[in-house]
Amino acid sequence: MDREQKILLKEIMEVGFVLVETNLYLDIQPNDERALRLHNSYSQKYKELESLYQAKYGPLRYTEMSSYPWAYINGPWPWEINFDIP
Amino acid sequence: MWIYEKRLQYPVRVDTTNPTLAAMIIEQFGGADGELSAGIRYLTQRWTMPTNQTKALLTDIGTEELAHWEIIGTLVWKLVKDAPVDEIKGTPFEAHYVNHGKSPFPHSAAGEAWTAAYIQSKGDPIADLHEDMAAEQKARATYEWLINISDDPGVKDTLRFLREREIVHFQRFGEALMILQDELNSKKFF
Repeated sequence: MDREQKILLKEIMEVGFVLVETNLYLDIQPNDERALRLHNSYSQKYKELESLYQAKYGPLRYTEMSSYPWAYINGPWPWEINFDIP
Repeated sequence: MWIYEKRLQYPVRVDTTNPTLAAMIIEQFGGADGELSAGIRYLTQRWTMPTNQTKALLTDIGTEELAHWEIIGTLVWKLVKDAPVDEIKGTPFEAHYVNHGKSPFPHSAAGEAWTAAYIQSKGDPIADLHEDMAAEQKARATYEWLINISDDPGVKDTLRFLREREIVHFQRFGEALMILQDELNSKKFF
């Protein structure tokens, strides 16, 4: 996995983590409009990063489209990645 | 329904091969207060939750626990993947190795296989949410003991992240419990 792919993947992980937090909070406080706005803006950002990543490196989920051949299987798999950025 | 997302929740870093540490961290892979117990517990309790808030919370925290289980498996794997057999012999990982090779397996650090007896689903939301809060605190304590015995900066960093998540989940379960109790108390039937 090259430097560029790692940087983009880590950005997806960061924005994805914001969504984990807003999701759990909103589950209990569904009427918190400020938190919901935060969630929606990061959801938008997440979708943009994901489409950028998937167009270049293949699907993160099986429901996504792929170039030929099916790129979902391409390594490294999540547990094989060295996340250090040189 | 679940869909796998082909990424970890947190970038797991391991600096040095260490089979002994792997054997200890496996506590959170298949021990009583580990991530597998947490995930199965919360996802099982969903059917009898009375409110949409608690149904959602158990679904989403339960799902996050499976992502943590994957993080722990990755820690274990990265700690042993490059270890030659000579580096495994004589360590506490040796007993694991003779049964499972280098594959993670859901058992405790002491080698007891994971069992559903570690969890409970009472069909009673107040009992279940209290169990969940206790589970989060027990997992937090386990992470603290694991951090104490780890000298690998990468491993410590990931364990600190996971410890923090236990605190956040405890907080959310506590809020859910308070809201539910208020709601149950305000419903008077004559």
